[in-house]
Amino acid sequence: MPMPKELLDKKDIDRMLARMAHEILEKNKGTKDLCLVGIQRGGVHLAKRLAGKIKGIEGAEIPVGSLDIAFYRDDLNIRKEQPQIRRTEVPCEITDMKVVLVDDVLFTGRSIRAAMDALMDMGRPSCIQLAVLIDRGHRELPVKADFAGKNIPTAIDENVEVSLEEDGLEDKVTIE
Amino acid sequence: MKLSSKDLLGIKELTKDEIILILDTASGFKGVLKRNIKKVPALRGKTAVNLFFEPSTRTRTSFELAEKRLSLDVLNLSVTTSSVVKGESLIDTALNVQALGADFMVIRHSSSGAAHLLSKNVNASVINAGDGINEHPTQALLDAFTIKEKIGKIEGLKIAIVGDILHSRVAKSNIYLLTKFGAEVRLIGPPTLVPQELEKLGVKVFHDMDSGLDGVNVVMALRIQMERQGKGFFPSTLEYSKNWGLTSERLFKADKDAIVMHPGPINRGVEVASDVADGPRSVILEQVTNGLAVRMAVMYLLAGVRE
Repeated sequence: MPMPKELLDKKDIDRMLARMAHEILEKNKGTKDLCLVGIQRGGVHLAKRLAGKIKGIEGAEIPVGSLDIAFYRDDLNIRKEQPQIRRTEVPCEITDMKVVLVDDVLFTGRSIRAAMDALMDMGRPSCIQLAVLIDRGHRELPVKADFAGKNIPTAIDENVEVSLEEDGLEDKVTIE
Repeated sequence: MKLSSKDLLGIKELTKDEIILILDTASGFKGVLKRNIKKVPALRGKTAVNLFFEPSTRTRTSFELAEKRLSLDVLNLSVTTSSVVKGESLIDTALNVQALGADFMVIRHSSSGAAHLLSKNVNASVINAGDGINEHPTQALLDAFTIKEKIGKIEGLKIAIVGDILHSRVAKSNIYLLTKFGAEVRLIGPPTLVPQELEKLGVKVFHDMDSGLDGVNVVMALRIQMERQGKGFFPSTLEYSKNWGLTSERLFKADKDAIVMHPGPINRGVEVASDVADGPRSVILEQVTNGLAVRMAVMYLLAGVRE
């Protein structure tokens, strides 16, 4: 087994998030009706960090939620065991809000499809945008990120891992 | 982590970790039940059949709604309208239902062991919704969920179960569950309904209400089954309520933050006084709501077990 190779470190991740925060604000012309929803688990930490950056830039607090997509997955019939259920908590009514979904790695696009279905069952957002730290390609559904930290070309059998301090780890992105 | 069996037959067969998994998963479903759209597509395309060979409103409707909110297709078979009245056996009924493509069979039956028998004969996941005087596992799970939600833990709590323990599957399942979690379980009632030998299950037996309730954190009152009246278990319902009915005066013996539970249906004024059942410490209706989330969690997790 080859050792995991480090692609990005703490500083790289921080700079990428700072840039993404600016892009989100630019595209949405500020923080009005803006809400970030992180997909469990990595996406939740990143959504909170992005909200922190946005506050640093605009001085405004925006609502940050977490979303568990287990009940909406399309592989429940073929998995060896059911995914563990984590917290879903969206602190605002999402109807007519601009919701930015946040995830750590964009791969097949299936999680995003599930996340959009889950969001739609909570209300009718005026739009849904997608922010991901890493886009590793190999989409199986027509899903595209509006904001991406970095595009990393990968082989389909490679594994991209985003580890974050919030989980008691070192901030880094590795591939193996 | 996943459940080790495709069936939920009793609490006895579950490990503590499996119970924790079910309760944690139920928290996720409780969130779903608070939304505007209370349905998730998790088990779309699968079918559940509710086989109720005994009358039930709350358990059957709770299972049915839980199934519908998981996007299952639901068939209800009740004994009065099915071929069981024509003499069809339990297994034959089940095999026919299986031939229709049932993935889940929820069974309530007056014979202890009916769910176990069924599980040996069908491939579907069998869920015991009450078998004779044996077990009613989803009731104990929803009770545990409610206690954890209200008090934050089960371990170390003093929990009193009052009433007809001998004939109660709810009590059996609760005893198995609560002792697995390290609670002090006290059984209270007349010696005919709460025999001393139940202490073998790792619980304390009391025949006097005031000493049994002393300092408890949870009081679970059980329904006095009217069909037992006149069979010599207790002289009369009036006498029963005088000695073992839960009144607000008696509740003073319990911890000041104690909660009052009841699996329903209530005989008001017999095992629980109306002002207690409707009072601030009663969590009886929350138990009903939590039952939905717990049953959704059980079916969701069982669907992930492939043998």
